Amino acid sequence: MNELRELYQELVLDHGKKPRNYRPMDEPYRHSVGYNPVCGDKLSLFVRVNESDVVEDVSFQGTGCAISTASASLLTEALKGKTATEAMDLMRQFTAMLIDPENDTDPDALGKLAVFEGVKDFPVRVKCATLAWRTLEAALDGRDTPVTTE
Amino acid sequence: MNASTEQTKKGTFRAPVDYSAKSGSGLDVEKIRREFPILRRKVRGQRLSYLDNAATTQKPQSVVETVARYYFRENANIHRGVHELSQVATSHYESVREQVQKFLGAERPEEIIFVRGTTEAVNLVAQSYGRSQLQKGDEILITHLEHHSNIVPWQMLCQATGAKLVVVPIDDRGDVRMDEFERLLSDKTRIAAFSHISNALGTINPVEEMTRLAKAAGAVVLIDGAQAGAHVEIDVQRLGCDFYTLSGHKMYGPTGIGALYGRYDLLNTMPPYQGGGDMILMVSFEDTIYNSLPNKFEAGTPNIAGTVGLGAAIDFLHDVGVTAAAKHEDELLEYASGLLSERKGIRFIGEAKERTGILSFVVDGIHPHDLGTVLDQEGVAIRAGHHCAQPVMDRFGIPATVRASFAVYNSREDVEALVRGIDQARELFGD
Repeated sequence: MNELRELYQELVLDHGKKPRNYRPMDEPYRHSVGYNPVCGDKLSLFVRVNESDVVEDVSFQGTGCAISTASASLLTEALKGKTATEAMDLMRQFTAMLIDPENDTDPDALGKLAVFEGVKDFPVRVKCATLAWRTLEAALDGRDTPVTTE
Repeated sequence: MNASTEQTKKGTFRAPVDYSAKSGSGLDVEKIRREFPILRRKVRGQRLSYLDNAATTQKPQSVVETVARYYFRENANIHRGVHELSQVATSHYESVREQVQKFLGAERPEEIIFVRGTTEAVNLVAQSYGRSQLQKGDEILITHLEHHSNIVPWQMLCQATGAKLVVVPIDDRGDVRMDEFERLLSDKTRIAAFSHISNALGTINPVEEMTRLAKAAGAVVLIDGAQAGAHVEIDVQRLGCDFYTLSGHKMYGPTGIGALYGRYDLLNTMPPYQGGGDMILMVSFEDTIYNSLPNKFEAGTPNIAGTVGLGAAIDFLHDVGVTAAAKHEDELLEYASGLLSERKGIRFIGEAKERTGILSFVVDGIHPHDLGTVLDQEGVAIRAGHHCAQPVMDRFGIPATVRASFAVYNSREDVEALVRGIDQARELFGD
């Protein structure tokens, strides 16, 4: 049960149940869709970047487990005001925290996103946590073709 | 190796094992469990409660030993050797064909084609029979309950031939709408393909009646028996179907082996599915003469080890008795349904009139994937997802379910571990 509490911390449960910025967006926006074909999860992500390359708004919709929903929700909170380049850096740090055994970045540098550190002990759930970030990457790249975890 | 694990090679004696309970009726589940070494291992420090049997069953010692012994003592290629080992391997391989023939109630052994599994069996029929027989305007009838493997091969056939896929709806309980089944059949229906048992909901379809109706409309009938082998008695002649597919690994056999039953006269007229060795009589660059049944459909060196393992699995099922196994699984289903219906916020998906030991459900406020992780920590293996049946999920307006599926070695303890895990998850995710 302790490992489970590490995985499902209050912040994750809260954002999983009451995701923030859970809404469509008015144009202009960049958009992409992420699928997890294993569990049928689907996530639609919108991001608006202004002329100065700053993320003005991020939102998402879709169905998913607590981990993928909370991850998307916390992503939307973390990105506002960052530049697109900073957003991609954050994505790389976040992914490294979960999948790179040699990663030595202090999770606390990721702010609230550090709450997902426990996911690395549940390898099959890493895809749930990274789906929103991979979808973000596709959206920022201007790829509106679906992203899948497989 | 004791007498109970002797293989059923032609002429070899195999002593059946008695798995009936010493007192009262039913099965000696503890004795059965001892045949499955994997059940003794711990998972995440907990007793393993393996409830993902609709995905694949565990294998009894006799199956594993038969496969091992084949490699240790008999390994050779079949149908070509003058040497002793090749003759032993061939005879063992062909004896399993006869076992499968009897298991399915087929008229002749040549009607049994060994394939990788039910997926390959359906593809074989779609590509060989379908491509040579269907044309634009023809219809293929399936049901809304099907596994993706009984949908996609027909979609591919439709794309290739211009035929149309027609889908029979299901009702809110997960039963096929028989009125619609009858209404959608017509003289355009060339193939009707439906599952014997739904992998997502456990519905046992009235396949005898469905076959009768489809045959009366002039269709060729394929029954997808992927989930059936370990849970219901099968008799293809009584059913009257043209094709029946069987999956080895879902009935205590190895992965990578299954069987296609096809009516002899039908198989005989069908073109080969794959070309290669073993499926020919004579090859020259100008002309090739195909082999007769069943070899015409078994190109290349087959999965010999898997086949002899399948033979041992059928022996195991004979010893247990498919009907006794089904009764035991029904009791577990009832026990689990009872315990879960006492709890709030649990919605069962699929409550068909006739069901096998599959319990599909969703819990309010907990995504199946999260519940799967919590249960895994408790050593309980279930399936969380769409079960390769996305149309079924769409029908019930959900992305996924939790599915617990029972096998002959499951006990009430497994059910209790499942329920305990669900209670824990509700506590963790509770408001």
